[in-house]
Amino acid sequence: MEHVVIIGNGIAGITAARHIRKLSDKKITIISAETEYFFSRTALMYVYMGHMRWQDIEPYESWFWEKNRLELKKAYVKKVDTNNKTLFFKEGGSINYDKLVIASGSVTNTFGWEGLDLNGVQGLVNKQDLETLEKNAPNNKVCSHAVIIGGGLIGVEMAEMLRSRDIKVTMLVREKGFWANVLPKPEAEMISQHIISHGVNLKHRSNLDKIIGDADGNVKAVITKEGEEILCTIVGITTGVKPNISFLKSSKIETDRGILVNRKLETNIKDVYAIGDCAQQREPIGLRPEIEAVWYTGRMMGEALAQTICGNPFEYTPGNWFNSAKFFDIEYQTYGWVFSEERRKDYEKQFHWKCRSNLRAVTVSYHKETREFLGINTFGIRMRHEVFDRWLNEKRNVEYVIKNLSQANFDPEFFRRYEKEIANKFLSITQLATSE
Amino acid sequence: MSTVQRNMSLTGEPPKTINGQQKIASAIGLIGLLILGLALFNVDFPNKSVWLTTSLTAIGGGTIWFSIAAYSNKQEGIKNDGIYFKSLTSKGFWGWILGISLTLFYVILYWFPQYLGYVQGGNNTGVVALFDPLSRFLNGGPASQWFLYGTLYTLAILAFGIKFILKYRHNKYEKLRTYSVMFFQLGFAFIIPELMQRLNSETFSLPYYDLKNIWPLNYYNFEQYRIDDFISAGNIGIGLLIFGIASIFIITPILTYKYGKRWYCSWVCGCGGLAETAGDPFRHLSDKTQVAWKVERWVIHSVLVFVVLMTTAVVHSYLGEDTSKYWLTKDVFLISVGVFLSLIFAGVWIFKREELQKDARIGSIAYFAIIITLIALHFTTGKTLFLFDAETLRSTYGFLIGAVFSGVIGVGFYPIFGSRVWCRFGCPMAAILGFQQRLFSRFRITTNGGQCISCGNCSTYCEMGIDVRAYAQKGENIVRSSCVGCGICSAVCPRGVLKLENGPLEKRINPNEILLGNDLNLMNYVNK
Repeated sequence: MEHVVIIGNGIAGITAARHIRKLSDKKITIISAETEYFFSRTALMYVYMGHMRWQDIEPYESWFWEKNRLELKKAYVKKVDTNNKTLFFKEGGSINYDKLVIASGSVTNTFGWEGLDLNGVQGLVNKQDLETLEKNAPNNKVCSHAVIIGGGLIGVEMAEMLRSRDIKVTMLVREKGFWANVLPKPEAEMISQHIISHGVNLKHRSNLDKIIGDADGNVKAVITKEGEEILCTIVGITTGVKPNISFLKSSKIETDRGILVNRKLETNIKDVYAIGDCAQQREPIGLRPEIEAVWYTGRMMGEALAQTICGNPFEYTPGNWFNSAKFFDIEYQTYGWVFSEERRKDYEKQFHWKCRSNLRAVTVSYHKETREFLGINTFGIRMRHEVFDRWLNEKRNVEYVIKNLSQANFDPEFFRRYEKEIANKFLSITQLATSE
Repeated sequence: MSTVQRNMSLTGEPPKTINGQQKIASAIGLIGLLILGLALFNVDFPNKSVWLTTSLTAIGGGTIWFSIAAYSNKQEGIKNDGIYFKSLTSKGFWGWILGISLTLFYVILYWFPQYLGYVQGGNNTGVVALFDPLSRFLNGGPASQWFLYGTLYTLAILAFGIKFILKYRHNKYEKLRTYSVMFFQLGFAFIIPELMQRLNSETFSLPYYDLKNIWPLNYYNFEQYRIDDFISAGNIGIGLLIFGIASIFIITPILTYKYGKRWYCSWVCGCGGLAETAGDPFRHLSDKTQVAWKVERWVIHSVLVFVVLMTTAVVHSYLGEDTSKYWLTKDVFLISVGVFLSLIFAGVWIFKREELQKDARIGSIAYFAIIITLIALHFTTGKTLFLFDAETLRSTYGFLIGAVFSGVIGVGFYPIFGSRVWCRFGCPMAAILGFQQRLFSRFRITTNGGQCISCGNCSTYCEMGIDVRAYAQKGENIVRSSCVGCGICSAVCPRGVLKLENGPLEKRINPNEILLGNDLNLMNYVNK
């Protein structure tokens, strides 16, 4: 019986395992050094905030694994010998595979600042990080002040977590608005204001220079490149993530920033595949980055690879881009491509609408000439994935999308609707444009 | 049933959870309770109406002030911070204290009302006596333990309803739903039936009737004394009786078809009303394991069978034999029940059999066979219908289900098993509505394409113990008998994945192997 070994029990690895099981009778082993069972990484924050217990963020009950004959092994793979198809564990021992799936995920990305090794400096990508945070910042007496470096999705989650325990938070963000390398300016500004309204001291245009510690090796303060010193007890490093591939250094598997894969998610070595955050496409797919560190893409790669492994080769061909997040109380969804100023294509034009409350906003992106609908960002208004996916496939124009926006509404019943307001603003702008 | 499993490495430390104003508000509420406590121990208050008013105002006002202090200084949004760190809401010391106190209260209420000061036919003493003035004001007579209970129950729904509204003030669905349960509790369950008592005289008597309380939740609605009352009360009585029957066979099916069982369970029902308001802080304690779901299906449907048997036996027992006196005789009734149940059984097996799980098939065949056999045995051998005397069945049901299950376990155990134990495992009304919701209703919770991140908020905060995430992460709509449509899964979802909707029956359930967002060819290939 063929033995499929999966390194990593995150969404990519587990999705692959589930689908391989559905399609075949192969022996499947899932190895993780992090946790015994699969958990939702995106839900780490809720455990610290007391919304859920650890077991609540595990999507499957413990009987699930045995019932589906998915063998779990808690160990750290220190070496991959592809010649002999063998993995060696740090704890001792080894395991042989016929097919190897590497889904080892990400680690915190840092920029080599001074003081990274001090106690109290941490990221927030795995269970150990959560435990460290629980220890370093149990309350605002032990941890009076935290500094978070980086204005991205993990950064805002960490800020929300710490604020739930009334810990003072300062965030250093390189750009002029929150997540401004991804969000168009009006949205980035709105989110910045919202974060500030939750008591976070958000410093734009601020860069970390170094972290300084006390005599015991604990964090004492950070110093910014702008020359400011901020006293603090912990430092959250949330300047993105990078593939977790250090254990592959001695192997023959070809890597760059991530594990290099072709469209079938195959590495340079036969029978070795990589999926999820750790994989890097040799050629980017469409407008997607080569490394996609997103929950959904991890899942989609797992879905596609399972077919390939079970003898039904499928390329990883993701459909329309989509993503979601939540910034304190503001939900965010995106369908298709809406780019920030720095990444905007020259054919892309955007229409912005913002609610008076400053808690809702919509940006519709479209082609300047053809007026084809390219994508939408929506904040504080839920919208239907299915509808936008269809409109994108049908290449609808922007007028159609604006006119039919109510079809896409996914807010709970009785919620106030904003489609008319949005359409009126769009009309007034286009009329203005034509009369010019 | 519940799994108390604290992960020691991640217990977390509670942030300071109560501010100064909340402390004062709690004190005021406790003073209100203290007055009731003193009355319970027979402290004789001179001016009962003043003291009762003070007590109820303090309890209600304290609760409302507490809620204002808790939420008004915070922005609109989900307010679940620290739920699992607080002793009261995470089965800690205070949770158990509250659970035990509530349970004790129910035990006394049901079986030892004399300790509350209730004196049948005489002058009340103790805490029941304190409620006499309000009772006389509303219905003209002295209070009973049930009047006391009804008053406190209504107060709880109103005060904690306001708390809930403040907590979910960003969510109009939650607000409207809560206004609705507050309205039905205050008007239909409390004020109207009390005022109706005033109409009663020597010659005219209506039974205590909460119009929204439908059989089989109101399992005693067709008992002989009530039927006698209805009939003797002329047109009004007959009207009420017809309304009671129409509620079951006409109104309920139509509304459930259109909106799902939520129209009742989380918009109208009093049990649901209490669970959604006072019970809200405990909603996450419901058991989400698959084992609990299996137990739930057997227990709730067994209660339904029990109530059908019991009611049939009771009605059968007082009907006549002589067709010339009245068309509805024992035999006509029994045969109608048999035919009705057979029609439902046949209909489901012909049209919906693929939708029945294995245990549902076994259960439905077994229970159907038992009922029909018992009816046949009665006709052929003349044995007592359903083997037990109707009165025995009635009193057993009243004790086990009416009192122990719905009261003691249902509410007393809020802080231990969560707020909907009765609705989930016991309520026969919920079983009927759920049966219809699962098989014949436009209601579903729509999953938004591939947006689920499996975080677990929806499952955690489902008071009915539905593992919502299990469906959402498959991109599958949630169509479950037990869903009461409270809408909290949708509210707590951080990614906008869930929406309660009424829509066409086609494609109501849409299981997908590959979720939306992936390769179209792959989706078409795998999902077929």
